[in-house]
Amino acid sequence: MRRLPLPLALGLVALLLGAALLAPWIAPHDPAATDLARRLLPPSAAHWLGTDHLGRDLLSRLLWGARASFGAVAAILALVLALGCAVGMLAGMLGGVVDAVLMRLCDAFMTVPTLVLALFMIGALGTGLGNVVVAIALSHWAWYARLVRGLTLSLRQRDHILAARVAGLSRLAILRRHVLPALAGQLAVLASLDLGHWMLHLAGLSFLGLGVAPPAPEWGIMINDARPFFRSAPMLVLLPGAAILLTVLAFNLLGDALRDRLDPALREHAH
Amino acid sequence: MTGFALRRLLSLPPLLLAVSFGFFAMLRLGRGDPALDYLRLAQIPPTDAALALARAELGLDRPLLAQYGAWLADALRLDLGTSWFTRRPVTAEIAEFLPATLQLAGTAMLVTLAFGIPLGLWAALRRDRWPDHATRLIAFLGVSVPNFWLAFLLVLLFAVTLGWLPAMGRDGPASLVLPALATATMSACVMLRLVRASVLGALGEPHLRFAAARGLPRRTLVGRHVALNAMLPPLTAMGLHLGELIGGAMVVETVFGWPGLGRWALQAIANRDYPVLQGFVMVLTTVFVLGNLLVDLAYAWLDPRIRLERAA
Repeated sequence: MRRLPLPLALGLVALLLGAALLAPWIAPHDPAATDLARRLLPPSAAHWLGTDHLGRDLLSRLLWGARASFGAVAAILALVLALGCAVGMLAGMLGGVVDAVLMRLCDAFMTVPTLVLALFMIGALGTGLGNVVVAIALSHWAWYARLVRGLTLSLRQRDHILAARVAGLSRLAILRRHVLPALAGQLAVLASLDLGHWMLHLAGLSFLGLGVAPPAPEWGIMINDARPFFRSAPMLVLLPGAAILLTVLAFNLLGDALRDRLDPALREHAH
Repeated sequence: MTGFALRRLLSLPPLLLAVSFGFFAMLRLGRGDPALDYLRLAQIPPTDAALALARAELGLDRPLLAQYGAWLADALRLDLGTSWFTRRPVTAEIAEFLPATLQLAGTAMLVTLAFGIPLGLWAALRRDRWPDHATRLIAFLGVSVPNFWLAFLLVLLFAVTLGWLPAMGRDGPASLVLPALATATMSACVMLRLVRASVLGALGEPHLRFAAARGLPRRTLVGRHVALNAMLPPLTAMGLHLGELIGGAMVVETVFGWPGLGRWALQAIANRDYPVLQGFVMVLTTVFVLGNLLVDLAYAWLDPRIRLERAA
């Protein structure tokens, strides 16, 4: 697995992303169209992967499921980076009381196991894919805030930042023009290593029935939905899970390849 | 050492106090009117009079801090309130469901160590030969597989097809095997990678190269100088693994009908049962924090640098 080239990882992610984006056009059937006369069919020319317990085309549902997963993971990524950068840069740039308070806040968030925190948040916010995304993002941002703060602190002492301050640039402008671009590379590597992790949490919470409501095509809930038919039609459980596995593999390959390429010093990133 | 342990222990109450208030505020300010949820679960029609009564009964008409103070005073006496749904004390329900979850997460931790450490050591000592390649492939798959899906695969193979192990329930040690494997796989694979990297790092240390140059046999080198030193980084990671295992257990429990906190919490989420939600997150946070304390103490005991550095 070592030194699997970046293009391969990118290709796999692009393939899955393509399936997600093009699902409405390439899916052979309507993912929600039920047909009880054609339920639990084995694979055939009309239904390449067969049909589920309500006669819906499994391949179409898997393709549409990729949309939900990629959309949700992208939203988690955006939220975690936005929150982590905002809090981390603020703490690192302002220092003093602001820094102390924000870092204690991070400590508090890191005191709770991430999935337990996410479950609690869903309890407080309510179920639904949007709330699951918010809950996962809120349970993971603190690590990024910590990291960004540390990097900001070390950048703040650099000559070009001091020069910018002397030249009268506002702190906000310095953060935007000089600090953020300098952080981007490392954040990209870290985030790509975490994409698979978030995807797994998303799938788990969705499997528990906390995400999208059952008729919608989403991999986690598809598995939950197919449980009663597990012994007679195991493929209904196995294929959506294989789709999750493949997506997480693609994300992890991408993360490892990016790390090897951009930042060989960054080692096994815990959690 | 006692001083270090005491300092670490004393740092916990303020932290737990802060997160408990955070949880409390999040529930109360999250959304909607708790009184409505309360009446719904008690199956009382939400008339204005009933709502007013419920608000007074739950203390919702008082300021948030006063409400929290009342909760805290009760919690310190180990009273976490009464479930709005089952009408039973939350502590009684925790006492009923927590042992099963702890048993599963604890067994998964043992599995993590029992697989991760020897395989990681083996991979490092056979670097770039087949054991290294094989374990790398397994670890890569293992950190990418959804635990609940792996649980279904294990059931399909070991329960449905082979009939060796039970597919459901909590009935004797045999029923623990599949849930523990499904819960532990991800952590075991992360542990494997960490141990491998750590052992390789230790093998490259100058004193080791000197010992090798002196002609010490490899077995002595690894046994005396590498094995223990290289275990320190994986040991610190155990704290984080504990959090992952507790969370993972919640999900895997539902596949096996394991009677732990997972199902209880899901019910509380669906019902918006505030006392149960607060109790659930508090008890698991406490378990996590205490587990991390144990790891820290073990670490300080094994590595004097830590306890001396923090004392200074």
